[in-house]
Amino acid sequence: MTTLPESTEKKLGLVIDLDICVGCHACAVSCKEWNTGGYGAPLSDQDPYGEDPTGTWLNRIHTYEVQPEDAPAQIVHFPRSCLHCEDAPCVTVCPTGASYKRAEDGIVLVNEDSCMGCGLCAWACPYGARELDAAAGVMKKCTLCVDRIYNEHIPEEERKPACVRSCPAGARHFGDLGDPDSDVSKLVAERGGVDLMPEQGTKPVNQYLPPRPKDSMDTPPLNLADMAEPAPSGMLGWLDKALERLG
Amino acid sequence: MHPAPSIIVFTVLSGLGLGLMAWIGLGFGPATGAFPWVACILALGITGFGGVASAGHLARPDRAWRAFSQWRSSWLSREACLMIATIALFAIYAALWLLWGTRIWLLGAVMAALAVATVYATAMIYAQLKTVPRWSSAPTPTMFLGVGLGGGYLTLQAVLAISGVGGSVLGMVAALAVTMLSIAHWRQKARGLNRDADGSTLETATGLGDIGKVRLLEPPHTGTNYLLKEMAYQVGRNRSEQLVRAGWVLGGALPLLLAGLALLIGGWVLPLALLCHIAGMMAFRWLFFAEAEQVQALYYGRG
Repeated sequence: MTTLPESTEKKLGLVIDLDICVGCHACAVSCKEWNTGGYGAPLSDQDPYGEDPTGTWLNRIHTYEVQPEDAPAQIVHFPRSCLHCEDAPCVTVCPTGASYKRAEDGIVLVNEDSCMGCGLCAWACPYGARELDAAAGVMKKCTLCVDRIYNEHIPEEERKPACVRSCPAGARHFGDLGDPDSDVSKLVAERGGVDLMPEQGTKPVNQYLPPRPKDSMDTPPLNLADMAEPAPSGMLGWLDKALERLG
Repeated sequence: MHPAPSIIVFTVLSGLGLGLMAWIGLGFGPATGAFPWVACILALGITGFGGVASAGHLARPDRAWRAFSQWRSSWLSREACLMIATIALFAIYAALWLLWGTRIWLLGAVMAALAVATVYATAMIYAQLKTVPRWSSAPTPTMFLGVGLGGGYLTLQAVLAISGVGGSVLGMVAALAVTMLSIAHWRQKARGLNRDADGSTLETATGLGDIGKVRLLEPPHTGTNYLLKEMAYQVGRNRSEQLVRAGWVLGGALPLLLAGLALLIGGWVLPLALLCHIAGMMAFRWLFFAEAEQVQALYYGRG
């Protein structure tokens, strides 16, 4: 049944630090690499080396400019993927029962053997987190690397989502957001993590940490031009002033 | 939203066919002449053709049967179940009527209620989507029901005319009034319901609104993708104005003119009026999708 569980034992999800993300796309690339060979159908590309390439990605990195009222603009790199919402609208609209939210850990998954590719779940998602694969004809989405995090055939340090494991800046964190004592929950509390589009009522599990406030300068910066050209003194100074007077 | 031809054909034709089924089930139309046969075959044909067309937008139509399983939670699944139940009951109702000459009013009434419920479920597929304010904040179910029942009544009158058992011009005028008024009402309420109508902005989408105004500096990819093709469809203003005009003329004015003409030259022009009306409804249904904006395109800098 594509009803949502009343509650989930865990709320596994990601915490994405927008203060740290450098926009390198390593998380998107490693996501594509792992998931094209992992859970379900591959993430196909169409016309990959041609004029008009398209393809399925579960994680996409936008770059935004934020303009405060009285300070210089800031650049924020913004990875966007499934937020594994508590009230996931993509799950309840599914007519075939392919979409579901797991009661044990809250991960939202698609059973690709049941998906008929109607696309309604993608219409219901406010975050653009679901993409219909053009080759397989089934809906693809972030699985939170369900085939890594419980995988006892890989070393323990690898049992994290590929995006978290590959982030060179440490901007991505994985954990149980339902446990207030978990590292990710503490981080969210400390940094004031936010829900994306709270007005949509989806109760996203993934949290985004806004950039830390920037310093503001109280004294004007040093005049570097003056420092490079010190005022002349002595004989040279007298000559300089004399020439200036001649104007 | 991407206006898929299969969904436009499906929603217009099955809505009209189900409307016709509802009127037949409520006992409209005489048992004389060719009427019962023409009406029943047309109702089944139009609804069935629409139903088959709906499979055209599925990436895996071989799995369409699975859509009957989630009626407890999904409006799309409810629609599928209700539609099959309506068609099955209509087939029984029609067989009893055509072969044995009995119209069981209770069966007809239940079938009519199911037909109306099916059209309502179709509308709710769109009306439930909070992500598309133009569908969820405007009276979408009322519009779908008005268009379906009005179109069904129009079809009933056209069939009466070609069966040689009357057909009322007044009835056609009333049916056209209902369909066109429900569209006018919906379009008026939907005006300005863009993707930001319920308060979603790029600031809420990124959570960066506390810092300042947000704009897209660099998109994730230079080409297009499924999300942009499906949910960032942009309709040209010129094209939309032309289609609105085509909708009013084909859907309302021309059928009205033909209905008036029928008084002078006979009812045989009424099927033509019906065809015009269907073409006009397709124009409006195209706009229903093409003009609807989904919130996720905010991430791509679409205002």
